[in-house]
Amino acid sequence: MRYLALAAALVILAAVPFWVGSVYYVNIASQVLFYAVFALAINVLVGYAGLVTLGHAGLFGIAAYAGARLLNAGHGHAVVVAGALAATLVAAALFATLALRGTGIGFVMITLAIGQIVWGVAYRWISLTNGDNGISISGRPSPLGLSLASPPRFYWATLAVFLVEIASMAVFVASPFGASVRGTRDQPRRMAALGYHVWLIRFLAFLLSGFWTGVAGLLYLYYNQFVSPQAVALTASAEALLMVISGGTATLLGPVAGAALVVVMKSVASAYIERWNFVLGAIFVAIVIFMPEGMVPGAVRLGRRALAAGRPRVSAALPADGEARR
Amino acid sequence: MSLWLVLAVNSVTLGGLLFLLSAGFSLIFGLMRIPNLTHGSFFMLGAYLAASLIQAGLDFWTAALLSGLLVAAFGGMIERLLLRRLAGAELAQVLVTLGLSFMVADVCLKVWTGDPIRIATPAALSGTASVLGMTFPAYRLAISVIAVAFAVALWALLDRTRLGAMIRAGVDDPAMARVAGIRVSRLFTLVFCLGAWLAGFAGVIGGPILSVYPGLDQEMLPLALVVVILGGSGSLLGSLVGSLIVGFLYNFGQAMFPELAYVVLFLPMLLVLVIRPQGLFGRQPA
Repeated sequence: MRYLALAAALVILAAVPFWVGSVYYVNIASQVLFYAVFALAINVLVGYAGLVTLGHAGLFGIAAYAGARLLNAGHGHAVVVAGALAATLVAAALFATLALRGTGIGFVMITLAIGQIVWGVAYRWISLTNGDNGISISGRPSPLGLSLASPPRFYWATLAVFLVEIASMAVFVASPFGASVRGTRDQPRRMAALGYHVWLIRFLAFLLSGFWTGVAGLLYLYYNQFVSPQAVALTASAEALLMVISGGTATLLGPVAGAALVVVMKSVASAYIERWNFVLGAIFVAIVIFMPEGMVPGAVRLGRRALAAGRPRVSAALPADGEARR
Repeated sequence: MSLWLVLAVNSVTLGGLLFLLSAGFSLIFGLMRIPNLTHGSFFMLGAYLAASLIQAGLDFWTAALLSGLLVAAFGGMIERLLLRRLAGAELAQVLVTLGLSFMVADVCLKVWTGDPIRIATPAALSGTASVLGMTFPAYRLAISVIAVAFAVALWALLDRTRLGAMIRAGVDDPAMARVAGIRVSRLFTLVFCLGAWLAGFAGVIGGPILSVYPGLDQEMLPLALVVVILGGSGSLLGSLVGSLIVGFLYNFGQAMFPELAYVVLFLPMLLVLVIRPQGLFGRQPA
């Protein structure tokens, strides 16, 4: 039954270019997917390791900028992808070394500051990054001789990457390493007492997160054929964090739902209102106040409460899912 | 006046502004453990409000005090209505204050448009002043004097008054302070308003130098963060020293490595994190 549902979901996803109609929606679907890749990467830290980062757009941007520079220097796509991912991993190792000097709120502050450094480089170091004008590239790669120039082709390539990531996440979550990452989130002292190297576990989780963030950054670069400091701004980090938190942290599908929600809202909202940032901020505040456990579980809880209010009080005695977990 | 002296004066001026901004941030963070990401917005909002008040005919200093009060009231509302519900949930506080900062920025963009607004230097201070045979721009000197005055006043408040003793008790051990009969909750609101007032006021007096423009909030917030990480949270002396370090690095970095000025700014922070994670004047966490 589960496999049937999985297969059905796969077929529906793979067939997106055939049933959504216009190219515009295919492109939106591609955006949802590469932001989902990004959100899942952040979820490794925010959800499973309990380390909230506000600087991940920095890593995302490093991958995109490194890719753009390498491509414009005339390298082939294989070199570009390998080089950009290597650069991102090195940066992630550096970030992790610094950020893991703090935990909890210290970690948030340090990642925010580091993210701003990257933004400063992107914005001000004009000979490296071309400043506010950003860097344009031309050409998407053609793996196995298949050109990705058309929107549906690019969508399928992104879908393939996304599926690999979500599979790797499923493996990660089920693995002993995944369990130890969750252990350092819930009981760092006990983990240390049991002989686990808490710092190293967190460091590796950061690297895993950094790797997939780099992949997302590259997809972003190839999709837009352009990268500018906007991709690195604090708003970008906050948006990505919103995807994870709105969907539900430490779940496999939550960040995906969150990415879909934010991307769709952003394109819909920008068609009707020009103040996306205000909406983004308002959603943040609303989610934190009304459904701190994420939109998907939160909606379920609020729905149940509404039902329970209408019915006699027998079922209300049972605690709803979300509350029991908190 | 030589280039180096100009840079040094500018550095002290910026350091003074940063002190006003970060002292509040540091107090709020130290006392309430609230990472207040709207602090940059307070700074920007203060400057915008003052610009409008001055346009409405008020003089500079009245406008500065009044817009500081408005920002403090806004801060008090945030604390009472939102942050109060989230006591202890740091992540939630980060998200709410971040969300609020986006909303404030967007509202400011709508109300005051995207063009930079320069607040005119108060007439009495628009000239130069000579000290020890050297001439300085009077207004920059005035900012330094104000910052020093505030540093002394804040120190006296925290170190010499009953209220200050209560705040320090709240920083050290909120639970114990409660048991001893201190109304920590009221202190929280007070400190939050004070911090917001300082930030708003700093925004106004920074206006003639920095101007006000969209994005100023997100430019100042990381600076306040760096100062607090450098100096150690909850420490007034740390804020002062950190602000001066950042002020000097920013101006000298700007002059010597214009493309990397923003990065140079963060280097001492990284160094401090590696060598002394609690900050130069922060206490070792228990």
